[in-house]
Amino acid sequence: MQELDTVGQGSVRVTRISEKLVILEKDLATEQMVLAMGPQHPSTHGVLKLECLTDGEVITEAIPVLGYLHRCFEKCCENIDYPAVVPYTDRLDYLAGMNSEFAYALAVEKLLDIEIPRRAEFIRVIMAELNRIASHLVAIGTYGIDLGAFTPFLFCFRDREIILGLLEWASGARMLYNYIWIGGLACDVPADFLKRVREFITYFRPKAVELQELLTGNEIFVKRTYGVGIMPADVAINYGWSGPMLRGSGVKWDLRRNDPYSVYPEIDFKVVVPDGKHSVIGDCLSRHIVRAVEMEESLKIIEQCIDKIPSSEGFNSRSAIPKRIRPKAGEVYSRAENPRGELGFYIESDGKSTKPIRCKARSSCFVNLSAMKDLSKGQLIPDLVAIIGSIDIVLGEVDR
Amino acid sequence: MEEGKVVSQSVQESAAAYSIIQERFGDAVSAFNANETMPFLEVVDTDRWVEIALFMRDHAKLKFNYMACLTGVDYPADEKVGIICNFESLALLNHKIAVKLKCVRKNGSLPSVACVWHTANWHEREAYDLFGITFTGHPEMKRILCPDDWEGYPLLKDYKVQEKYHGIKVPY
Repeated sequence: MQELDTVGQGSVRVTRISEKLVILEKDLATEQMVLAMGPQHPSTHGVLKLECLTDGEVITEAIPVLGYLHRCFEKCCENIDYPAVVPYTDRLDYLAGMNSEFAYALAVEKLLDIEIPRRAEFIRVIMAELNRIASHLVAIGTYGIDLGAFTPFLFCFRDREIILGLLEWASGARMLYNYIWIGGLACDVPADFLKRVREFITYFRPKAVELQELLTGNEIFVKRTYGVGIMPADVAINYGWSGPMLRGSGVKWDLRRNDPYSVYPEIDFKVVVPDGKHSVIGDCLSRHIVRAVEMEESLKIIEQCIDKIPSSEGFNSRSAIPKRIRPKAGEVYSRAENPRGELGFYIESDGKSTKPIRCKARSSCFVNLSAMKDLSKGQLIPDLVAIIGSIDIVLGEVDR
Repeated sequence: MEEGKVVSQSVQESAAAYSIIQERFGDAVSAFNANETMPFLEVVDTDRWVEIALFMRDHAKLKFNYMACLTGVDYPADEKVGIICNFESLALLNHKIAVKLKCVRKNGSLPSVACVWHTANWHEREAYDLFGITFTGHPEMKRILCPDDWEGYPLLKDYKVQEKYHGIKVPY
């Protein structure tokens, strides 16, 4: 009866309720029920379906069902030339197109063994970091919405619009850019672009702090995420987690630092890991905090890039692009740090064809999502929403 | 390795890791391919793959705790299909290596390493889905991206798309 009383008084409710319920229902013959969540459910961020086996309010098993957006990107790649793959990579992770293009371009350049102009490298990093902020803004905003906080979402989308405006100005498109090409860029940035980016940084700095306060200072938000969906570091590594998810579990691992590419070695930035003071390391709140703080680090990176970038005098963004892209026979696995983790490309060339004979995208969301089954066991249904939101999936990349 | 060629540090590290594996398993693994872009070894005796995988994960000087990627590949000329796994010792020893495995093209099977690295679980399902490689010992060997009743394996080079799927015309 003692357990009954504590639940009745409503004293321990938020995170520990699942165990209480298990004690309450220990001797009851409860029936298991299947609950299908998605593919049209708003909190599954796209077309993900979760088939949940529930025992009352507690989830005994949640199985993700994928493939609603599958278009076999890899088969498409085998039928088109190397440069023509770039627009397809935009459509993998459509919230971070620049980053996906960047990862693909890096892989092919490694295979071709070419060096690109220094200014182009800096522009790539600026674009990738701007896009990272835009992507994290969507992640944070929609995470708030999932948990009932509507205001941050509007703030996020207001600020994201400025970034999309900047990227559109440079590339001509809001989300599907086709801007970072193999061996260079489609074009140089407009004359005043860097000045505007600097203005944006000044504008966004206080907004990022405000956004932090709105969510991590919100007691409801904290109670919904604190201690929910804890992933220990070693299990996270075994699951192949990467990016903010892995850092949320306390592993100081960032490809920009640990396997550096482009001009990242010259740039000073911090790899964000939770300190354990505000959150349990590895829980949903940690992952959220990592994303929020990472945006500020991205601002720092952009600032340093603008300081160091060589002038546009005599710069031709297409000067290093080979006339005919036909890498010598060989294979490469190359990866880059995307907003959602490690996006890797395995590319194999036979040395004769101008098309890759195999091009595989190692999608970070796909790998991160595969831990769903373990993460959701024994959680409440509302906590399941908190967990999916914290994984921050983009189904375009999961299903490819 | 070719004489007189400058070998980068990461390839040297991979070669050192390879020599530990080779010392333990001898003929079960092939010679080391030290190319700059992706140094790899091939597991010739595929039946010992799980044993090798556990050794790679747990040996104090290897510690390949992170499987970055598992790619299915089709080799129509040799009548074979295979997988390529990219490993890394994440945050521990920071070295990398790739491992290749091959099996026959028709109804081929390989041992599953989903029990060693969780990452392999979905990736092996994907390789089954797109290449038709069955992984023995896998907890849930079924399609993941295509529908369960889809015919054929799309990433095989000679794949022909089915005419109709539930009465809907497929090729466009």
